[in-house]
Amino acid sequence: MSTPIETDVVIVGAGPVGLFAVFELGLYDLKCHLIDILDRPGGQCTELYPEKPIYDIPAWPEISGQALVDRLMEQIAPFSPQFHFNRMVAGFRKLDNGRFEVETDEGELFHTHAVVIAAGGGSFQPKRPPVPGIEAYEDKSVFYSVRRMEEFRDKDLLIVGGGDSALDWTLNLQPVAKSVTLVHRRADFRAAPDSVNKMFALRDEGKVDFQVGQVTGLKGEDGQLAAATIKAPDGEVDVACNRMLPFFGLTMKLGPIAEWGLNQHENLVAVDTEKFETNIPGVFAIGDINWYPGKLKLILSGFHEAALMTQAVKRLAHPDQKLVFQYTTSSTSLQKKLGVK
Amino acid sequence: MTKISLVTFDGTRFDVEAENGSTVMENAIRNSVPGIEAECGGACACATCHVYVDEAWSEIVGAPAAMEEDMLDFAFDVRPTSRLSCQIKVREELDGLVVHVPERQA
Repeated sequence: MSTPIETDVVIVGAGPVGLFAVFELGLYDLKCHLIDILDRPGGQCTELYPEKPIYDIPAWPEISGQALVDRLMEQIAPFSPQFHFNRMVAGFRKLDNGRFEVETDEGELFHTHAVVIAAGGGSFQPKRPPVPGIEAYEDKSVFYSVRRMEEFRDKDLLIVGGGDSALDWTLNLQPVAKSVTLVHRRADFRAAPDSVNKMFALRDEGKVDFQVGQVTGLKGEDGQLAAATIKAPDGEVDVACNRMLPFFGLTMKLGPIAEWGLNQHENLVAVDTEKFETNIPGVFAIGDINWYPGKLKLILSGFHEAALMTQAVKRLAHPDQKLVFQYTTSSTSLQKKLGVK
Repeated sequence: MTKISLVTFDGTRFDVEAENGSTVMENAIRNSVPGIEAECGGACACATCHVYVDEAWSEIVGAPAAMEEDMLDFAFDVRPTSRLSCQIKVREELDGLVVHVPERQA
């Protein structure tokens, strides 16, 4: 177990609202650590629609998802936020001194005054392909990621999908596995053309099998896969296999936060509209993840919520300090924090 | 206004007056058609508004663009007439259009 990182605020989620929260909290000298399951900032903006224009960000008649994130990163740079990517929040408990301990799935510990959940639609997790009965095989012979390549040594491996993950693992596991069959619903791929060419070259050498079709059923016993039924253009075929790796993209799930004892409303975290605090004092929820009467899932709503949440966190973290509301246009102390010369 | 119909997996038919320029997905959501989830809100970034265009209309509606075709990889039971309903814009020629909602979304 690592030494706990001491901080003012832990923000769960590094999407646009989590990022802007760093700015609002920073104006009040509150230091932030952000935890995100993705490998970069931006959340849905960068993961789902980096190129798509957004038209309802105040003062930006049109801005792309990625550009918005880039601007936010620039805006919060003066506050030196600390990012912890590829991490999921696993543990959470209240300490005797009134602070919280937050633990990631990689074992890092944070001690913090407040926890701000800005997790959007939840954490991005591999999507379960729509194959009946697949649950029984999960983590036994069906895996959604490759932790150790050795797991696949001398196995008859079925890889499903047409993106980079599917193609990369086809190429990387081919030398390890006994056999590799790649299944994709069409002969066109989303993956990098170079990987596709390499895959077809391996197929021509007889080292990889490629089958056009969709997996419609699994056969096996006690979670141990024996074959997959593929609906191919010319009818159904069974492909023998004892390991399967489906790559069907990502979906969003609330994840371990659901176990924290937070009041929920249809899978969203219920908050008040003064502080955007949950039923656990010191735990806040802002952006798409929260719910209150009249809630609109807009980025601009999340920005507003971040500003009001900050007032409450400041009182919580520094109850002895007088809270002075100031404008960035005129306050020299705020401008100093922002690095204005 | 253009008349379009959405038929759910159990055969329930929703006849809808759709505004030209709106998407079939938007009309499905407005009329609470079961089986259309539209998780991403119409950004062609998920595959949860998947429909089968009725055979009679398939040619008029047209084929999916490359990006939509990529996204269809994530849908359940994709067929030659599969489309994402957020990418079908209602227009006058589509008056009478019929689309079928699949058994489930991915």
